[in-house]
Amino acid sequence: MDAIRQLGQYADLLFQALRSILEFSSYRKNLFQEFVKIGYESIPIIMLTGVFTGAVLTLQTAYQLDTDLYPASIVGSIVGQSIIIELAAVIGALVLAGKVGARISTELGTMRVSEQIDALESMGFNSVTFLVVPRVLSGIFMFPVLYVIAAVMGISGGLIAGALDGILPAAEFMQGAREFFFPEDVVFGVVKSFVFGFVITSISAFKGYYASGGAEGVGNATTQATVLSCIYVLLSDFVLAALLL
Amino acid sequence: MIQIKHLTKSFGNNLVWKDVSLEIPDGQTLAIIGKSGCGKSVLLKHLNALLYPDSGSITIDGHQLFELSYVELRKIRQKFGILFQGAALFDSINTFENVAFPLRYFTDYTEDEIEARVIKALEMVNLKESGEKPTSALSGGMRKRVGLARAIILEPQYVLYDEPTSGLDPKTSEEINELIVALAKQLSITSIVITHDMHSVLQIAEQVAFLDDQKLSWSGTIDEMKASSHPPLLDFIKASEYQI
Repeated sequence: MDAIRQLGQYADLLFQALRSILEFSSYRKNLFQEFVKIGYESIPIIMLTGVFTGAVLTLQTAYQLDTDLYPASIVGSIVGQSIIIELAAVIGALVLAGKVGARISTELGTMRVSEQIDALESMGFNSVTFLVVPRVLSGIFMFPVLYVIAAVMGISGGLIAGALDGILPAAEFMQGAREFFFPEDVVFGVVKSFVFGFVITSISAFKGYYASGGAEGVGNATTQATVLSCIYVLLSDFVLAALLL
Repeated sequence: MIQIKHLTKSFGNNLVWKDVSLEIPDGQTLAIIGKSGCGKSVLLKHLNALLYPDSGSITIDGHQLFELSYVELRKIRQKFGILFQGAALFDSINTFENVAFPLRYFTDYTEDEIEARVIKALEMVNLKESGEKPTSALSGGMRKRVGLARAIILEPQYVLYDEPTSGLDPKTSEEINELIVALAKQLSITSIVITHDMHSVLQIAEQVAFLDDQKLSWSGTIDEMKASSHPPLLDFIKASEYQI
């Protein structure tokens, strides 16, 4: 019963956000601030995640294909495609569910329990327009950018790890990666990260916006936001793979 | 003028109060008193449509508050300033920006005009030197005064105070009470004050409404309250250890 009520509340919040999306002047300033917080400030963690994902994947792939049956460049092909189709988007999203999602739910939850959202409403602001819309829009716009960064760093990490470990030279790695590079895979990754951006920011904003019960309530909201974001990222990943591949 | 008619509110099966009717004349200061948890703050939030009742109505300057569209409601809300219990300052911006916040979004003032108005408002609450401070560096009394400066910056017709002196020492409480009286006179505003502090009530209010036993138990002027023999009201006043 509670799940149905929450689903209704979530749909209502999204509807309110959608209805006020044209009031750009109300959230313009917040939108650019969120671009910085969600996008720019996430670049270091996304680069780190990308590099190590690519590096580990290269070492493990090479270990599993330690045979003369395949050319060494196949490692570059597998790592490149895995990164572009799946890992850059999904692992990036799971990391961002912790960094971005937790920040959004904590921030809005604290604003809720300290009556800052009531204060905004009482002044005549539409708090959904002011607080929720810029966060969700930033997620939708910035996650694809972060995905591209994660993918580039992942392939670079694989290339460096392969060369440093003596598995295969950089040129051979890139040759393999290029052989199995299809632009539509990048489009698929961008679509996925677009969806993940929406899922994580909207769930986190929803949990924070309706938080109640002081510090414990904000803690619960943040935990739920992070866990639900991860679950729905994995679920939507499966649905998108089934629909688009 | 604010007219509350037959207002009833419950949260689930928990009835807060029923059939509350009250009239708040323009330019007056009304104190709503009652025990903790009797629903005073809930009533205050209804006056700004931050909460909606189960039944009943509130009319503000002829407008039925709960029948307004969201756009109309936002216009009515701009007639109000609210001082929240914890001041509800935005902690991502400093004191000056908190006070300037409504001006930046709801007026076309230039930066110089905004600065002049914010400084004037901070002067009124005796905090002229604190504009650059982050809100985390303010004491409880200072936070309330900044909240008050923000509440009056758009020169509202009505100011709602939710427990303005709770958690403050007697001296700071006295200063806040004096500020409420001074602002009501200077700006000719209608004030509604939620409190259980009888000292504050006698200092600032002209009208009193007493919530008790899930209803509006008593209402009248300060002089009528002093002469009242209504037992629950007398018990409340006696329990507050204030001698009238």
